[in-house]
Amino acid sequence: MASEFEASVTEWVADNLPQALVGVNLGMYGPDTSDPAVLDAFEVWRSRLADKGWGAPTWPAEYGGAGLTDAQAKVITKALARAGSSNPIPYLAGMGVTMVGPTMLEYGTEEQKAEHLPGMASGKVRWCLGLSEPNAGSDLASLSTRAHKDDAGWVINGQKTWTSGADKSQWCGALVRTDPDAAKRDGISFLMLRMDQPGVETRPISLIAGESPFCETFFTDARAENDALLGALNDGWSVIKRLLQHERQSQTNTPVTSAYTDPVHVVAKRYLQTTADGKLADADLRARLADHLMDKSAHELTIARIMADARGGNVEVSATASILKNSATDVAQMRSELLLEIMGYQGLGWEGAGYTAEELHAVREWLGGKAMSIYGGSYEVQKNIISKNILGLPETTQKG
Amino acid sequence: MAVLTEEQSLIKAQASAWVIDKAPVASFRALRDDPTQGGFSRSTWQSMVDMGWSGILAPEACGGSDLGYLTFGLILEQLGRQLTASPLLASSLVGVSGIMLAGSPEQQAALLPGLVDGSTLLTLALDEGARHQPEQVALTATAVDGGYVLNGGKTFVAEGMVATHFLIVARTDGATDDAHGRSLFVVAADSPGLQRHALATVDSRDYAQLVLGDVKVDASALLGELHNAGTTLDALLDRARVAVAAEMLGTAAQAFDMTLDYLKTREQFGSVIGSFQALGHRAAALFSAQEQARSCVEAALQAIDDNADNIAELASLAKCHVGKFLHAMSNELIQIHGGIGMTDEFDAGFYLKRARVLEASYGNRAFHRDRYATLLGF
Repeated sequence: MASEFEASVTEWVADNLPQALVGVNLGMYGPDTSDPAVLDAFEVWRSRLADKGWGAPTWPAEYGGAGLTDAQAKVITKALARAGSSNPIPYLAGMGVTMVGPTMLEYGTEEQKAEHLPGMASGKVRWCLGLSEPNAGSDLASLSTRAHKDDAGWVINGQKTWTSGADKSQWCGALVRTDPDAAKRDGISFLMLRMDQPGVETRPISLIAGESPFCETFFTDARAENDALLGALNDGWSVIKRLLQHERQSQTNTPVTSAYTDPVHVVAKRYLQTTADGKLADADLRARLADHLMDKSAHELTIARIMADARGGNVEVSATASILKNSATDVAQMRSELLLEIMGYQGLGWEGAGYTAEELHAVREWLGGKAMSIYGGSYEVQKNIISKNILGLPETTQKG
Repeated sequence: MAVLTEEQSLIKAQASAWVIDKAPVASFRALRDDPTQGGFSRSTWQSMVDMGWSGILAPEACGGSDLGYLTFGLILEQLGRQLTASPLLASSLVGVSGIMLAGSPEQQAALLPGLVDGSTLLTLALDEGARHQPEQVALTATAVDGGYVLNGGKTFVAEGMVATHFLIVARTDGATDDAHGRSLFVVAADSPGLQRHALATVDSRDYAQLVLGDVKVDASALLGELHNAGTTLDALLDRARVAVAAEMLGTAAQAFDMTLDYLKTREQFGSVIGSFQALGHRAAALFSAQEQARSCVEAALQAIDDNADNIAELASLAKCHVGKFLHAMSNELIQIHGGIGMTDEFDAGFYLKRARVLEASYGNRAFHRDRYATLLGF
């Protein structure tokens, strides 16, 4: 592995990262500030990364990437973290860099790639995904938003929900029914449409944890171009399966940590009584904390093992994504439950001066974390995938 | 992280093929059904020696290959799959590790060649009560002219009825539960005053109780420093724990494979039962647990080979995590097989019985959970 490459990355970051951004949380939509110095610096940083092709470093240079390997991309991520910063472009691009883009690289036409990928890779064009509907959640294939062609292109009608960032996106990749007479998975296509048009309306959804990036999205005779299909007509189910694999991978390849609170056992020692030799006096909680921390280590060691095997060419990473998604969920949700229990009454605050920032964050993270076992294929859907696709158990006898 | 070398992959494949062919669970059943066999097959043991397995941890100068713990663990996993009875873990891993960790060059030169050629069977005798408490040592060794005299008892000594030598943890100083004041002695099984009694354990394997009455040993029987065996013993026990975890992983993996096979073939209500979602989800959860258990075991084995500074933490993690999986898996093996799983004619019961013995060996889940928390400082 090129330590020469690493040195050149470190040097470039040192030369190009604006000082005003060091240590600043770059957020999902940029820094949460009105300070013009920081906002200007953020735009400089975005454009420098984009020019270098490091918004989506593994994509080919002709589409705005830098043609690097996964390992080299990791070197960049680590170098940015060391310098107290990060790559904001995957967030600015919404679902573009992490999901739509990689799928388009496989399924897109030359024209589509040339039109869309550079916008994602520069962080200038944000994408959302129109997948779930009020009556099509885990059973996504039962979706009813429909699209038909007229002389000018595609006409789309229906309602999507859980469209993350829809109110701030310029483009949407939507699953639509294009053949109402076919079996449910066979009549679906993946269609790309502009969000800034009269036929599209978005409404933000407020969640149990408060404000959220999620929206309801309504299509009323919304329009898309003739060449707006990603993949073949009525082959949207293969496209989305691949796209969801990218989603699971982007969710599970990072260790479970939180930027806001210490490890649970450290928090526990701050809140709870200890014995003379430094052990938590509550033996029951202590045992459960130890079990949780061991589960966390086992999860992280499994990520490391699967990544090492993948580098050796021994395993298809996507086959194990469902296992890792569920174990990441188990660990993160248990962590939140334990934190609240440790904090006691102080772990029950919604807002206000009676609670520390750490306590309030723990509560919101606990509530928000309930989504982990629902989004990206629910906990139960992942188990279906493991039992059928990995273990080879026969299709369940119930419908679906 | 443990990515196998070509040599390791080869040894794993060789072990897997050999175990299925020469030492399958049917051989264990035959041993169980014939108590005159003494718990293991001499010819099976000789084959293991011939393949070099008894020398994996010993240096080349003593006839070994010095291939390390990860390689050894791969073999133990295969043996665990078929419940192969042998002194390989107790003697070639724990016994050899004890000599390597604590023995002087003279002691190593005297003992290792016999351990490698399989003629010496050396097993650790530590526990005295109903659970693993390494500091709780009441058996005394008292200095006398030219050596020591040992008095006391040991229990749950693995391969204790076939061992030619015991690695005995004795109290030479301090109170019965002091960490300080323990010493290690190598004692020949035929020493005058040493009696051993077979324990008829539920897994039909070789465990023994020892009674030592005025057993006299030479000064050269002391392994390592007098009174200060603690650090060495911790290191030795961690190697034993990870080794048992590797065997347990194999036992659990075989139980999983048997269960998955049954889910794919057994029909009820007009369908293969694996098509029922309630069972498919349980299989998925067990498979995920198996993947995580494997990660813990391989990381711990690799850490020993790397002489990493977190061996203790990873050893407790591995023993505890694999213990949790094997416990659940051995219960599900019976439950999912239903009535056939309850019959002695089918092998499931062997796996359940062996599972509990392995879970208790060198510290159960509660022991290692407590130790893990202590190591992390809470």
